[in-house]
Amino acid sequence: MPKFVELWVYLSATPLFGLTATLVIYVLAQTLYTRLNQPAWANPVLWSVVIIASVLLTTGVSYPTYFAGAQFIHFLLGPAVVALGWPLWKRRVELRQRWGRLLLAALAGGIAASASAVALGWLVGLPTDVVLSLAPKSVTAPVAMGIAEKIGGIPALAAVFAVITGLVGALFGKALFDAFKIPTDAAGWAARGFALGTASHGIGAARAMQVNADAGAYAGLALGLQVVLTSLLIPLVFRLSH
Amino acid sequence: MAEPAGHNIKGLTGLAWLLALQSAGELLSRGLSLPFPGPVVGMMLLLLALRWPLVREPVAACANFLLAHLSLLFVPVGVGVMTHLSLVSQYGGRMLVVVVLSTLIGMAVTALVLHALRGKSSPQEDHAQVR
Repeated sequence: MPKFVELWVYLSATPLFGLTATLVIYVLAQTLYTRLNQPAWANPVLWSVVIIASVLLTTGVSYPTYFAGAQFIHFLLGPAVVALGWPLWKRRVELRQRWGRLLLAALAGGIAASASAVALGWLVGLPTDVVLSLAPKSVTAPVAMGIAEKIGGIPALAAVFAVITGLVGALFGKALFDAFKIPTDAAGWAARGFALGTASHGIGAARAMQVNADAGAYAGLALGLQVVLTSLLIPLVFRLSH
Repeated sequence: MAEPAGHNIKGLTGLAWLLALQSAGELLSRGLSLPFPGPVVGMMLLLLALRWPLVREPVAACANFLLAHLSLLFVPVGVGVMTHLSLVSQYGGRMLVVVVLSTLIGMAVTALVLHALRGKSSPQEDHAQVR
Protein backbone atom coordinates (compact mmCIF):
# COMPACT_ATOMS: atom_id res chain seq x y z
CA MET A 1 0.00 0.00 0.00
CA PRO A 2 2.68 2.61 0.86
CA LYS A 3 4.42 1.54 -2.38
CA PHE A 4 1.25 2.43 -4.28
CA VAL A 5 1.03 5.82 -2.59
CA GLU A 6 4.66 6.49 -3.48
CA LEU A 7 4.02 5.59 -7.11
CA TRP A 8 0.93 7.81 -7.21
CA VAL A 9 2.87 10.74 -5.78
CA TYR A 10 5.54 10.26 -8.41
CA LEU A 11 3.12 9.85 -11.33
CA SER A 12 0.80 12.69 -10.34
CA ALA A 13 3.75 15.11 -10.24
CA THR A 14 4.98 14.43 -13.80
CA PRO A 15 3.56 16.31 -16.81
CA LEU A 16 2.67 12.89 -18.20
CA PHE A 17 -0.20 12.65 -15.70
CA GLY A 18 -2.03 15.82 -16.75
CA LEU A 19 -1.67 15.09 -20.44
CA THR A 20 -2.71 11.44 -20.15
CA ALA A 21 -5.62 12.15 -17.81
CA THR A 22 -6.99 14.86 -20.11
CA LEU A 23 -6.78 12.75 -23.26
CA VAL A 24 -8.02 9.48 -21.73
CA ILE A 25 -10.96 11.03 -19.89
CA TYR A 26 -11.95 13.12 -22.93
CA VAL A 27 -11.79 10.10 -25.27
CA LEU A 28 -13.94 8.09 -22.82
CA ALA A 29 -16.44 10.97 -22.45
CA GLN A 30 -16.55 11.42 -26.23
CA THR A 31 -17.11 7.68 -26.78
CA LEU A 32 -19.93 7.59 -24.24
CA TYR A 33 -21.45 10.71 -25.84
CA THR A 34 -21.43 9.06 -29.29
CA ARG A 35 -22.79 5.77 -27.87
CA LEU A 36 -25.70 7.61 -26.23
CA ASN A 37 -26.51 9.26 -29.59
CA GLN A 38 -25.08 12.67 -28.68
CA PRO A 39 -27.59 14.04 -26.17
CA ALA A 40 -26.75 17.63 -25.18
CA TRP A 41 -26.53 16.77 -21.45
CA ALA A 42 -23.73 14.26 -22.08
CA ASN A 43 -21.45 17.00 -23.49
CA PRO A 44 -17.88 15.58 -23.39
CA VAL A 45 -16.24 18.90 -22.40
CA LEU A 46 -18.59 19.33 -19.44
CA TRP A 47 -18.04 15.79 -18.13
CA SER A 48 -14.27 15.80 -18.76
CA VAL A 49 -13.95 19.05 -16.79
CA VAL A 50 -16.16 17.79 -13.94
CA ILE A 51 -14.38 14.43 -13.71
CA ILE A 52 -10.82 15.81 -13.94
CA ALA A 53 -11.51 18.62 -11.45
CA SER A 54 -13.11 16.12 -9.02
CA VAL A 55 -10.13 13.74 -9.33
CA LEU A 56 -7.68 16.59 -8.71
CA LEU A 57 -9.62 17.92 -5.73
CA THR A 58 -10.04 14.50 -4.10
CA THR A 59 -6.42 13.41 -4.65
CA GLY A 60 -5.00 16.81 -3.70
CA VAL A 61 -3.09 17.32 -6.98
CA SER A 62 -2.81 21.06 -7.62
CA TYR A 63 -4.02 22.74 -10.79
CA PRO A 64 -0.52 23.98 -11.79
CA THR A 65 0.77 20.39 -11.48
CA TYR A 66 -2.07 19.18 -13.71
CA PHE A 67 -1.57 22.04 -16.14
CA ALA A 68 2.13 21.23 -16.53
CA GLY A 69 0.93 18.30 -18.64
CA ALA A 70 -2.37 19.66 -19.93
CA GLN A 71 -0.63 22.73 -21.36
CA PHE A 72 0.44 20.68 -24.37
CA ILE A 73 -3.23 20.36 -25.32
CA HIS A 74 -4.01 23.93 -24.26
CA PHE A 75 -1.19 25.19 -26.48
CA LEU A 76 -2.98 23.91 -29.60
CA LEU A 77 -5.71 26.54 -29.08
CA GLY A 78 -3.38 29.09 -30.71
CA PRO A 79 -2.92 27.24 -34.02
CA ALA A 80 -6.62 26.23 -33.82
CA VAL A 81 -7.63 29.91 -33.81
CA VAL A 82 -5.39 30.47 -36.86
CA ALA A 83 -6.99 27.39 -38.46
CA LEU A 84 -10.43 29.04 -38.14
CA GLY A 85 -9.41 30.95 -41.27
CA TRP A 86 -9.92 27.70 -43.19
CA PRO A 87 -13.75 27.36 -42.76
CA LEU A 88 -14.02 31.12 -43.42
CA TRP A 89 -12.04 30.76 -46.64
CA LYS A 90 -14.03 27.71 -47.77
CA ARG A 91 -17.27 29.71 -47.47
CA ARG A 92 -15.83 32.89 -48.98
CA VAL A 93 -18.29 32.92 -51.92
CA GLU A 94 -21.35 32.80 -49.63
CA LEU A 95 -19.64 35.20 -47.29
CA ARG A 96 -19.19 37.71 -50.11
CA GLN A 97 -22.79 37.18 -51.28
CA ARG A 98 -24.41 37.53 -47.88
CA TRP A 99 -21.76 39.74 -46.31
CA GLY A 100 -24.13 42.49 -45.15
CA ARG A 101 -26.68 40.41 -43.30
CA LEU A 102 -24.13 38.04 -41.76
CA LEU A 103 -22.11 40.97 -40.45
CA LEU A 104 -25.27 42.60 -39.12
CA ALA A 105 -26.35 39.39 -37.36
CA ALA A 106 -22.85 38.84 -35.95
CA LEU A 107 -22.68 42.42 -34.67
CA ALA A 108 -26.21 42.37 -33.20
CA GLY A 109 -25.71 38.99 -31.53
CA GLY A 110 -22.21 39.73 -30.27
CA ILE A 111 -23.19 43.09 -28.82
CA ALA A 112 -26.39 41.66 -27.29
CA ALA A 113 -24.47 38.83 -25.60
CA SER A 114 -21.65 41.02 -24.30
CA ALA A 115 -23.80 43.99 -23.23
CA SER A 116 -26.38 41.80 -21.50
CA ALA A 117 -23.62 39.92 -19.66
CA VAL A 118 -22.03 43.14 -18.40
CA ALA A 119 -25.40 44.74 -17.54
CA LEU A 120 -26.71 41.64 -15.73
CA GLY A 121 -23.38 41.22 -13.95
CA TRP A 122 -23.56 44.74 -12.61
CA LEU A 123 -27.22 44.33 -11.75
CA VAL A 124 -26.61 41.31 -9.52
CA GLY A 125 -23.63 43.03 -7.86
CA LEU A 126 -20.63 41.09 -9.15
CA PRO A 127 -17.19 42.68 -8.51
CA THR A 128 -15.85 44.89 -11.34
CA ASP A 129 -13.05 42.52 -12.41
CA VAL A 130 -15.56 39.66 -12.63
CA VAL A 131 -17.91 41.83 -14.74
CA LEU A 132 -15.02 42.76 -17.06
CA SER A 133 -14.15 39.06 -17.40
CA LEU A 134 -17.74 38.47 -18.57
CA ALA A 135 -17.51 40.93 -21.50
CA PRO A 136 -15.53 38.73 -23.96
CA LYS A 137 -17.20 35.44 -23.02
CA SER A 138 -18.75 34.85 -26.47
CA VAL A 139 -15.39 34.24 -28.12
CA THR A 140 -13.21 31.19 -27.93
CA ALA A 141 -11.29 30.84 -24.61
CA PRO A 142 -7.75 31.91 -25.67
CA VAL A 143 -9.06 35.09 -27.33
CA ALA A 144 -11.38 35.80 -24.38
CA MET A 145 -8.35 35.53 -22.07
CA GLY A 146 -6.37 37.97 -24.20
CA ILE A 147 -9.20 40.51 -24.28
CA ALA A 148 -9.92 40.18 -20.54
CA GLU A 149 -6.25 40.84 -19.83
CA LYS A 150 -6.38 43.99 -21.98
CA ILE A 151 -9.43 45.49 -20.24
CA GLY A 152 -8.58 44.57 -16.65
CA GLY A 153 -10.51 41.34 -16.14
CA ILE A 154 -9.21 38.03 -14.78
CA PRO A 155 -7.95 35.94 -17.74
CA ALA A 156 -8.49 32.54 -16.07
CA LEU A 157 -12.03 33.50 -15.07
CA ALA A 158 -12.73 34.79 -18.60
CA ALA A 159 -11.65 31.40 -19.96
CA VAL A 160 -13.99 29.60 -17.57
CA PHE A 161 -16.88 31.92 -18.52
CA ALA A 162 -16.13 31.25 -22.19
CA VAL A 163 -16.23 27.49 -21.61
CA ILE A 164 -19.53 27.71 -19.68
CA THR A 165 -20.94 29.99 -22.41
CA GLY A 166 -20.02 27.38 -25.01
CA LEU A 167 -21.69 24.66 -22.96
CA VAL A 168 -24.88 26.72 -22.53
CA GLY A 169 -25.10 27.08 -26.32
CA ALA A 170 -24.47 23.39 -26.90
CA LEU A 171 -26.96 22.38 -24.19
CA PHE A 172 -29.85 24.77 -24.82
CA GLY A 173 -29.39 25.91 -28.44
CA LYS A 174 -31.86 23.48 -29.95
CA ALA A 175 -34.62 24.20 -27.43
CA LEU A 176 -34.13 27.96 -27.88
CA PHE A 177 -34.25 27.82 -31.70
CA ASP A 178 -37.33 25.57 -31.58
CA ALA A 179 -39.03 27.99 -29.16
CA PHE A 180 -38.38 30.88 -31.56
CA LYS A 181 -39.57 28.72 -34.47
CA ILE A 182 -36.34 28.92 -36.49
CA PRO A 183 -37.02 26.37 -39.26
CA THR A 184 -34.87 23.33 -40.09
CA ASP A 185 -34.54 23.96 -43.84
CA ALA A 186 -31.17 24.94 -45.36
CA ALA A 187 -31.49 28.65 -44.46
CA GLY A 188 -32.82 27.75 -41.01
CA TRP A 189 -29.85 25.47 -40.32
CA ALA A 190 -27.56 28.25 -41.48
CA ALA A 191 -29.22 30.66 -39.02
CA ARG A 192 -29.06 28.12 -36.17
CA GLY A 193 -25.40 27.34 -36.83
CA PHE A 194 -24.47 30.98 -37.23
CA ALA A 195 -26.18 31.85 -33.94
CA LEU A 196 -24.40 28.99 -32.12
CA GLY A 197 -21.01 30.08 -33.47
CA THR A 198 -21.70 33.73 -32.62
CA ALA A 199 -22.91 33.27 -29.05
CA SER A 200 -21.06 30.14 -27.96
CA HIS A 201 -17.89 29.86 -30.11
CA GLY A 202 -16.03 26.57 -30.57
CA ILE A 203 -18.07 24.41 -28.19
CA GLY A 204 -21.33 25.57 -29.78
CA ALA A 205 -19.79 25.12 -33.22
CA ALA A 206 -18.65 21.59 -32.36
CA ARG A 207 -22.23 20.78 -31.41
CA ALA A 208 -23.54 22.39 -34.65
CA MET A 209 -21.09 20.34 -36.76
CA GLN A 210 -22.44 17.13 -35.23
CA VAL A 211 -26.08 18.04 -35.83
CA ASN A 212 -25.97 19.38 -39.40
CA ALA A 213 -23.23 20.07 -41.97
CA ASP A 214 -24.70 23.44 -43.05
CA ALA A 215 -25.13 24.51 -39.44
CA GLY A 216 -21.54 23.46 -38.71
CA ALA A 217 -20.09 25.42 -41.61
CA TYR A 218 -21.98 28.57 -40.64
CA ALA A 219 -21.00 28.09 -37.00
CA GLY A 220 -17.32 27.96 -38.00
CA LEU A 221 -17.77 31.07 -40.09
CA ALA A 222 -19.59 32.88 -37.27
CA LEU A 223 -17.01 32.09 -34.64
CA GLY A 224 -14.18 33.32 -36.88
CA LEU A 225 -16.10 36.52 -37.55
CA GLN A 226 -16.95 36.97 -33.86
CA VAL A 227 -13.28 36.63 -32.89
CA VAL A 228 -12.38 39.52 -35.21
CA LEU A 229 -15.33 41.73 -34.19
CA THR A 230 -14.99 41.12 -30.45
CA SER A 231 -11.25 41.68 -30.27
CA LEU A 232 -11.75 44.93 -32.18
CA LEU A 233 -14.88 46.25 -30.43
CA ILE A 234 -14.55 45.36 -26.73
CA PRO A 235 -11.15 47.04 -26.13
CA LEU A 236 -12.37 50.01 -28.20
CA VAL A 237 -15.60 50.42 -26.19
CA PHE A 238 -13.61 49.98 -23.00
CA ARG A 239 -11.10 52.66 -24.03
CA LEU A 240 -13.88 55.10 -24.97
CA SER A 241 -15.73 54.57 -21.69
CA HIS A 242 -12.67 55.40 -19.61
CA MET B 1 2.07 2.75 -47.52
CA ALA B 2 3.17 5.83 -49.45
CA GLU B 3 -0.22 7.49 -49.25
CA PRO B 4 -0.67 7.70 -45.48
CA ALA B 5 2.93 8.86 -45.20
CA GLY B 6 2.20 11.61 -47.74
CA HIS B 7 -0.90 12.57 -45.79
CA ASN B 8 1.04 12.68 -42.54
CA ILE B 9 3.71 15.00 -43.86
CA LYS B 10 0.94 17.18 -45.28
CA GLY B 11 -0.65 17.45 -41.84
CA LEU B 12 2.71 18.29 -40.27
CA THR B 13 3.44 20.88 -42.96
CA GLY B 14 0.02 22.35 -42.25
CA LEU B 15 0.82 22.58 -38.52
CA ALA B 16 4.11 24.26 -39.41
CA TRP B 17 2.24 26.83 -41.51
CA LEU B 18 -0.30 27.48 -38.75
CA LEU B 19 2.46 27.97 -36.15
CA ALA B 20 4.48 30.17 -38.50
CA LEU B 21 1.41 32.34 -39.19
CA GLN B 22 0.63 32.49 -35.47
CA SER B 23 4.20 33.62 -34.77
CA ALA B 24 3.96 36.26 -37.49
CA GLY B 25 0.62 37.30 -35.98
CA GLU B 26 2.15 37.58 -32.48
CA LEU B 27 5.02 39.71 -33.83
CA LEU B 28 2.67 42.01 -35.75
CA SER B 29 0.22 42.24 -32.83
CA ARG B 30 2.93 43.20 -30.34
CA GLY B 31 5.14 45.16 -32.71
CA LEU B 32 2.36 47.41 -33.99
CA SER B 33 0.31 47.12 -30.73
CA LEU B 34 -2.75 46.02 -32.69
CA PRO B 35 -6.05 45.48 -30.84
CA PHE B 36 -6.15 41.82 -32.01
CA PRO B 37 -4.48 38.94 -30.15
CA GLY B 38 -1.66 37.25 -32.10
CA PRO B 39 -3.61 34.13 -33.21
CA VAL B 40 -6.39 36.37 -34.60
CA VAL B 41 -3.84 38.29 -36.71
CA GLY B 42 -2.49 34.87 -37.73
CA MET B 43 -6.00 33.87 -38.85
CA MET B 44 -6.25 37.00 -41.01
CA LEU B 45 -2.81 36.26 -42.52
CA LEU B 46 -4.01 32.71 -43.23
CA LEU B 47 -7.02 34.10 -45.11
CA LEU B 48 -4.60 35.98 -47.35
CA ALA B 49 -2.22 33.03 -47.72
CA LEU B 50 -4.87 30.40 -48.57
CA ARG B 51 -4.99 31.50 -52.21
CA TRP B 52 -1.71 29.59 -52.74
CA PRO B 53 -2.07 25.78 -53.08
CA LEU B 54 1.32 25.48 -51.36
CA VAL B 55 -0.34 26.76 -48.17
CA ARG B 56 -3.91 25.60 -48.79
CA GLU B 57 -3.43 21.84 -49.20
CA PRO B 58 -1.35 21.18 -46.08
CA VAL B 59 -3.36 23.65 -43.96
CA ALA B 60 -6.63 21.98 -45.01
CA ALA B 61 -5.36 18.59 -43.81
CA CYS B 62 -4.24 19.98 -40.45
CA ALA B 63 -7.13 22.43 -39.90
CA ASN B 64 -9.77 19.75 -40.45
CA PHE B 65 -8.17 17.52 -37.80
CA LEU B 66 -7.61 20.35 -35.33
CA LEU B 67 -11.12 21.81 -35.70
CA ALA B 68 -12.77 18.37 -35.53
CA HIS B 69 -11.35 17.99 -32.00
CA LEU B 70 -11.70 21.63 -31.02
CA SER B 71 -13.72 20.89 -27.89
CA LEU B 72 -10.88 18.80 -26.37
CA LEU B 73 -8.69 21.92 -26.37
CA PHE B 74 -11.05 23.65 -23.90
CA VAL B 75 -10.71 20.98 -21.20
CA PRO B 76 -7.46 22.25 -19.57
CA VAL B 77 -8.78 25.82 -19.09
CA GLY B 78 -12.18 24.47 -18.07
CA VAL B 79 -10.58 22.49 -15.23
CA GLY B 80 -9.14 25.85 -14.11
CA VAL B 81 -12.53 26.56 -12.53
CA MET B 82 -11.19 24.64 -9.48
CA THR B 83 -8.71 27.47 -8.80
CA HIS B 84 -11.57 29.93 -8.42
CA LEU B 85 -13.63 27.90 -5.99
CA SER B 86 -13.81 30.79 -3.49
CA LEU B 87 -15.23 33.12 -6.16
CA VAL B 88 -17.49 30.30 -7.29
CA SER B 89 -18.81 29.62 -3.80
CA GLN B 90 -19.40 33.33 -3.22
CA TYR B 91 -20.86 34.37 -6.58
CA GLY B 92 -21.30 31.04 -8.41
CA GLY B 93 -25.09 31.10 -8.64
CA ARG B 94 -25.21 34.70 -9.83
CA MET B 95 -22.36 34.19 -12.32
CA LEU B 96 -24.10 31.13 -13.76
CA VAL B 97 -27.41 33.00 -14.16
CA VAL B 98 -25.64 35.90 -15.91
CA VAL B 99 -23.71 33.59 -18.27
CA VAL B 100 -26.76 31.47 -19.12
CA LEU B 101 -29.11 34.42 -19.71
CA SER B 102 -26.64 36.49 -21.76
CA THR B 103 -25.74 33.49 -23.92
CA LEU B 104 -29.41 32.77 -24.64
CA ILE B 105 -29.99 36.47 -25.43
CA GLY B 106 -27.01 36.60 -27.81
CA MET B 107 -28.02 33.37 -29.52
CA ALA B 108 -31.67 34.40 -29.92
CA VAL B 109 -30.77 37.87 -31.27
CA THR B 110 -28.36 36.42 -33.86
CA ALA B 111 -30.79 33.76 -35.09
CA LEU B 112 -33.76 36.15 -35.17
CA VAL B 113 -31.84 38.89 -37.05
CA LEU B 114 -30.64 36.38 -39.63
CA HIS B 115 -34.09 34.81 -39.90
CA ALA B 116 -35.77 38.21 -40.33
CA LEU B 117 -33.30 39.37 -43.00
CA ARG B 118 -33.74 36.12 -44.89
CA GLY B 119 -37.43 36.96 -45.50
CA LYS B 120 -36.39 40.05 -47.45
CA SER B 121 -34.11 38.22 -49.88
CA SER B 122 -35.16 37.43 -53.44
CA PRO B 123 -36.25 33.86 -54.30
CA GLN B 124 -33.19 33.37 -56.52
CA GLU B 125 -30.92 34.22 -53.65
CA ASP B 126 -32.73 31.82 -51.39
CA HIS B 127 -32.26 29.16 -54.00
CA ALA B 128 -28.57 29.98 -54.18
CA GLN B 129 -28.30 29.45 -50.41
CA VAL B 130 -29.82 25.98 -50.71
CA ARG B 131 -27.49 25.20 -53.59
